[in-house]
Amino acid sequence: MRHIISILLENESGALSRVAGLFSARGYNIESLTVAPTEDSSLSRMTLVTRGSDEIVEQITKQLNKLVEVVKLVELSGGPFIERELMMIKLRAVGEDREEVKRLADIFRGRIIDVTDSTYTVELTGAGAKLDAFIQAVGGKPILEVVRSGASAVGRGEKALNL
Amino acid sequence: MELTGAEIVVQFLRDQGVEHIFGYPGGAVLHIYDKLYEQDAVKHILVRHEQAATHAADGYARSTGKPGVVLVTSGPGATNAVTGIATAYMDSVPMVVLTGQVPTQLIGNDAFQEVDAVGITRPCVKHNFLVKRVEDVALTLKKAFYLATTGRPGPVVVDIPKDVTAARTHYVFPKSVSLRSYNPVAKGHPGQIRKAVNLMLAAKRPIFYTGGGVVLGEGCESLVELARLLGFPVTSTLMGLGAYPATDKQFLGMLGMHGTYEANMAMHHSDVLIAIGARFDDRVTGNIEKFCPTAKIIHIDIDPSSISKNVKVDIPIVGPVHRVLSDMVEVLKQESRRPDRAALAEWWDMMEEWRAMDCLKYDHASDVIKPQHVVDTLYKVTNGEAFVTSDVGQHQMWAAQFYKFDKPRRWVNSGGLGTMGFGMPAAMGVQLAHPGADVVCITGEGSIQMNIQELSTCRQYGLPLKIVNLNNRYLGMVRQWQEFFYQSRYSMSYMEALPDFVKLAEAYGHVGMQIVEPKDVEPALREALKLKDRLVFMDFLTDQSENVYPMIPAGAGLNEMILV
Repeated sequence: MRHIISILLENESGALSRVAGLFSARGYNIESLTVAPTEDSSLSRMTLVTRGSDEIVEQITKQLNKLVEVVKLVELSGGPFIERELMMIKLRAVGEDREEVKRLADIFRGRIIDVTDSTYTVELTGAGAKLDAFIQAVGGKPILEVVRSGASAVGRGEKALNL
Repeated sequence: MELTGAEIVVQFLRDQGVEHIFGYPGGAVLHIYDKLYEQDAVKHILVRHEQAATHAADGYARSTGKPGVVLVTSGPGATNAVTGIATAYMDSVPMVVLTGQVPTQLIGNDAFQEVDAVGITRPCVKHNFLVKRVEDVALTLKKAFYLATTGRPGPVVVDIPKDVTAARTHYVFPKSVSLRSYNPVAKGHPGQIRKAVNLMLAAKRPIFYTGGGVVLGEGCESLVELARLLGFPVTSTLMGLGAYPATDKQFLGMLGMHGTYEANMAMHHSDVLIAIGARFDDRVTGNIEKFCPTAKIIHIDIDPSSISKNVKVDIPIVGPVHRVLSDMVEVLKQESRRPDRAALAEWWDMMEEWRAMDCLKYDHASDVIKPQHVVDTLYKVTNGEAFVTSDVGQHQMWAAQFYKFDKPRRWVNSGGLGTMGFGMPAAMGVQLAHPGADVVCITGEGSIQMNIQELSTCRQYGLPLKIVNLNNRYLGMVRQWQEFFYQSRYSMSYMEALPDFVKLAEAYGHVGMQIVEPKDVEPALREALKLKDRLVFMDFLTDQSENVYPMIPAGAGLNEMILV
């Protein structure tokens, strides 16, 4: 089962490696992890995607809470939430593929953010599955690079993860 | 007035009330050592290896409840300390370890004696810090002491670069500190406590399973009060021994892999299990699938992550042990219902039957020294009042089985990490904290050699330890497993070329004795304990084939013990 955990942690050097180290030391999976400072520069917000049974995820949240630098956390996948991921994908685009890639990008509401004679770089935002779908739709066209940010997520409604 | 970082470190330790620190000097901490030289409020104990510094601080902490403090240099100083830090971490011992670091501008340059101390210790500390500015020294140290001693205690490392100890700033002792991200629970949830009490009152075959958390959390008095009020049996983990008086009739002895028959059988047949400050370690539960099949489980612990980690719990209570237990006592006192007397009488009948198996019996007529006999006799001649440290292996189990601890903080051993070489340095810390007390290190010829150099430290500080070396010329626990599970193929478990321990002790300026005959055990112990101001190394040549019983083999349940 896929779980998304959102964490507010002290924006200090070493905090990230404490979280990452916890996962490797205890044998938990990390599917993706994103982190950046919030509007309050003393705090970072991390979105962590992991897989495991409910019992394992309960242990993960308890162990995370035990880290001194973790201020607050919430398991978003326990309720309604919005998930977004950014992808930049560089494709070989020559001949009739050029028009086809443009069309695909439009269909997926992507934007072409860089152009050369032979390539397009498409920016695409959405849930992970949508990005997967785009890669699949591109099909036979040669992919030069895929850069994905990992998921960021926020809970729906009035509840917020803040201090 | 401005102080240097080194002056701040020393002044802070004085202001914090630290009386002893254990350490070893080196380049990166020379500024600090220079400031230690100018005062005598903080007494520095010079060990012979940094590992011993951490174990000594650990023994000091376990026997007093105060945090142990360590000071070591960068690089190898820090790496040598790691085993002791991990030992303290596994047993939740409050400790603050100051490590020197190369100057900030050299960090990351592979400088002489540089290691990433914060990185290396991260998985085995409660928290750690690298102090990059002299302005942060005092507050960081305050945070370190606060974190080490509150909530679930543990070691905290503070890594201080050399240039930070030379820089100057204004110093004020921070009287208190708070961290927005760290708020240990102050009391248990009243609703959960009430639910637990209800379950306890309805129990027919209840048992208290108590761990090191009762000692660490100062919950011993409330535990005794609660157990007496209810009339329930009590069993303890290796770490919890002494929390409940071992000579009390409600005490069933230690449980687990080498626990008593009565304790393990009572666990297995219980219908309500009250776990207190214990963590369902694999050495306690045996095969988790077969663990306490009929029990509803109440679990009291300060650390939420201990709850339902290994065994699913029915009523979790997160809070400090002493507070939760005293709240339970209050609830019970206001309660008109009483425990089911008839059911309890029947339950005690069962337990007395198990007890009658006398699972710790051994051959009293043997013509070689039985190790159990040595511990038994030690218990007798010290009136059960000694502080006892141990190393790791068979002797540790015999110490736990045969020395009946009636008081907490008298039994000091490495339970979680199982660190050989722990016993003697830990005993040094205990002795420093309790100058007039009998401090005995029960050890084996394997373990003692892992920190034997500390005999020199004992000489320097006049620490009159009594070392009881149960010498069977084997790494006994390894040999026992090889006998049981590897067809007696004793691979690397025989100790050849042992030193003459009597001469060794004498070479360090101590008293050495070798005891070969069973009849000499008691006179030797009495004589040694009379030498109040001397360290006595007693080398007991014991039965080489003795095994620790009972034993639960790996994969078996608590009711599947090997008895002989």
